[in-house]
Amino acid sequence: METVHVKQKKIEKDTIMKITGAEAIIHCLLAEDVELVYGYPGGAIMPVYDEFYKFQDKLTHILTRHEQGATHAAQGYARVSGRVGVAIATSGPGATNLVTGLADAQIDSTPMVCLTGQVPRHLLGSDAFQETDIIGISTPVTKWNYQITKASEIPEVMAKAFYIAKSGRPGPVLIDITKNAQFEEFEFSYKKCKGVRSYKPVPKPNMETLEKAAELINNAKKPFIVWGQGVILGEAEEELISVVEKAGIPAAWTIMGESAIPTSHPLNVGMVGMHGNYGPNMLTNECDVLIAIGMRFDDRVTGKLDEYAQQAKVIHFEIDPAEINKNVTADVPVLGNSKETLGLLLPLLKNNTHEGWRDEFRKKYEIEFETVIKNDIHPTKDKLTMGEVIEEINLASKNKAVIVTDVGQHQMIACRYAKFEQSKSNITSGGLGTMGFALPAAIGAKQGAMDREVVAIIGDGGYQMTIQELGVIFQHQIPVKIVVLNNDHLGMVRQWQELFFDKRYASTVMVNPDFVKIAEGYHIESKRVSERKDLKSTIQEMIASDKPYFLEVKVEKEDNVFPMIPSGAAVSDIRLK
Amino acid sequence: MEKQWFTISVYSENNVGLLNRISGIFLKRHINIESLNVSKSEIDEVSKFTIVVLTTEKWVHNIVGQIEKQIEVIKAFYHTDEETIYQESALFKIESALLFDERQIQNIIKESNSQIVTVAREFFVLAKSGRRHEIDEMHDLLKPFGIMQFVRSGRISVTKSEMQITALLEEFQHN
Repeated sequence: METVHVKQKKIEKDTIMKITGAEAIIHCLLAEDVELVYGYPGGAIMPVYDEFYKFQDKLTHILTRHEQGATHAAQGYARVSGRVGVAIATSGPGATNLVTGLADAQIDSTPMVCLTGQVPRHLLGSDAFQETDIIGISTPVTKWNYQITKASEIPEVMAKAFYIAKSGRPGPVLIDITKNAQFEEFEFSYKKCKGVRSYKPVPKPNMETLEKAAELINNAKKPFIVWGQGVILGEAEEELISVVEKAGIPAAWTIMGESAIPTSHPLNVGMVGMHGNYGPNMLTNECDVLIAIGMRFDDRVTGKLDEYAQQAKVIHFEIDPAEINKNVTADVPVLGNSKETLGLLLPLLKNNTHEGWRDEFRKKYEIEFETVIKNDIHPTKDKLTMGEVIEEINLASKNKAVIVTDVGQHQMIACRYAKFEQSKSNITSGGLGTMGFALPAAIGAKQGAMDREVVAIIGDGGYQMTIQELGVIFQHQIPVKIVVLNNDHLGMVRQWQELFFDKRYASTVMVNPDFVKIAEGYHIESKRVSERKDLKSTIQEMIASDKPYFLEVKVEKEDNVFPMIPSGAAVSDIRLK
Repeated sequence: MEKQWFTISVYSENNVGLLNRISGIFLKRHINIESLNVSKSEIDEVSKFTIVVLTTEKWVHNIVGQIEKQIEVIKAFYHTDEETIYQESALFKIESALLFDERQIQNIIKESNSQIVTVAREFFVLAKSGRRHEIDEMHDLLKPFGIMQFVRSGRISVTKSEMQITALLEEFQHN
C-alpha cells in the first residue's frame, strides 16, 4: 500500500504534529499526483485556499472566471490526459455553478473530482449565508458524492473520491467539506484506495460470451462496428485496430469515440448519428452483425429505436452492466473493460476482408461527397463555410491538433471534417450538449497536453456563455487557438426552425459584439477573416503562433448541416439535403 | 409490455444520502414508488430497501441496473408478486368506547386476525398484518365507526427462491 505521511513539522522537538483538514486536503491532492486544480475561492473554502497559497510551488491553482469554467477546464484536462480533473469552489452559488459541469462529466463519463466548501457543521440546515444542499443537488449528476463534517474523514474520503472517479466507467465525484472540518486538526496519514466493497468497477469477462461473439463475427457477411468513448477510456485503441484489421470490419464512431482510430485508416468509415456520415447510418440497417463497443446507443446515434438495426444480431461490448439492454437489446452482451475483452476476442477471430461489403461504404461515401462534403470543404459560393475552415486547420496543423468544440452546427461540422492521427484528440460535450464548454475545456486540454496544439472551435452563441475565461488564457498565457465560426445566429436551432418551424427564427438571430476587440481587451492577438483569400494564410499564422490566438471567421449565415436524421426518424431515413 | 407489480430488493451499505440517490432514479424516469421500506437485512451491517413499483419489466430491469450501479449498493433484485411472500402492516387507532358499545367491532377484530396492541381509557390500537387488500377491507369495515388514526407500512417481502446474494455478502464479511 502506498502510504504518504506528512513530514512531522518540527516546532519544538520531534513531536508528531497534527495538521488542519485544509492542509490535509492539499496532501491528499498531492498524494493523488494532482498538479493542477481549477477553482474559485469564497468564504466557506478559504482555509483550503490559504493552503493553496502555502503550497503554490507544488500545486498550481488556476483561477477561472466562473466556477462552471473550472469544471469544464477540469474536464478538458481529464479528457486529453486520461487523468482525474479537479475543480474547487465555495459553498452556495459557488457549488451550484458546478452543476452543469458535473452533469456534463456524468453523461460523458469524465473522471473529475469537485471539492466544495460548506458552512460549518453546527450551521447545517440553518439556511446560513451561502448554505446550499449541494449533496442533494448534485446527487443525480454525480457518480458519488459525500459530505465531510470531521477532519478525520478527509484522507479516506478523498482517496475513495479519486478511486471512484477514475475506476470502471469514470465519472464525477463531489466532496462537500464543512468549514469546521477544514479548520480542525488531526493526525494525518494517507492510503490510496484500492477498492470499495460494494463497488465492482470492472465486470470479469466471460469467455463463453466472447466465443459466441467471435462465432457471430466469423460467420457474418456484413459485420459493422460502432465504437464509442469506452475504447478511449479503456485505452483499447490498439486492440480495436487489431480486431478491425484482422476481421476486415468497417468501423464507425460515435462523436465521443472519434480519434480512437486515425481518420485516415481505411476501415474507419466515419461517424454515426444525427449528423454522421451517410454510409454508416444507412448501412446500420443493412449489416448482419452490429458490434457496439464502449458506446451506449444514445438517441442521437440510434434515431428511431424500433427501426434501428432490426435485421442485425447485436453484440454489445460494455463496462457498465446497466447499459446492457437499456436502449438496444443485445444478442450477445460482452461485459468488461474493452481493452481486456477486445484482447481476448482477437485470437478467436478469423482473418477476413469483406471487400464487397466495404465497397458499399465507399459507394455511399461517394454519394455523400458529391452532394454534401464537396460543397462543405471546397465551396464554390462566395461566403465562407465552416467546413473549409476546419479543412484549413487540418492542413495547417497536419492533423495533429487537439480539437475542442462547443455545441451546435460548428461542433457537427468540426467532428465531421476534423482529421486525427492520435487518440484523445476530439474534446466535445457529447451527451449533455453544453454550450459554453469549449473555451474553458480548451484551457484544460492545453494544460493537460502542453506539447500539443489545441484548437478550440466555437460558435458565436456558445462563445459568449463562457467568454470570461479569456481572462485565464490572458493571465497565464495559455497558448490555445480560439476559432469562432460566426454566423450571427444560434445556427443549429435556426436550422431546426428553418426545417421544422417554417423559418420562424425565434430568438436565434444574434446581435454580436466585436469579438476581435474583446480578445484585444484581454491582450490576445486576434484577427477576423471574412474572405476566402485571407483564410489559409491567417490559419497558418494562427497555428504557427506560440501564443494564445483568437480568430473570428465570418461564415455564411444560413448554412445547414447535412446529412441529417430528423429527430425521431430512422437512421436509414437520413437526409442528404 | 404490460405494467405489473414488482418488488425491488436492494442490499446496501447503511449510508446518509443513499435513499435520496435511489429515489432520484425513480424520479428521473417519472415512476412512482408505491411503497418503500428500509430495514436491516439477514447480513450484519447491510441494509435492505424493499421498494414496490407498478411498471413494465423493461423499466424495472433498467431501474435495477441503475440502482445496482450506485457505489454503496451491493446488489439489487426485482421479483414479481408470484415470486415473493409479502406483507404489509397497519395500525388503527379507535375510540375505546366503541370496543364496548359496538359488538360488530369485536367481530371484525376476531375475523380479521388482528391484534389489540394497547387499550387506554380514550383509545385502543389494532395491529393487522397481511396483504394490501386484507388491510384495505378491514379499513373499509372499521371506517363507518370512525378511525381516529390509520397508518400502513411499506411492503416487506422475502423471495420464495434463494436470494443470490448470500455468497457475495459472506465474502464481504471476511474482508
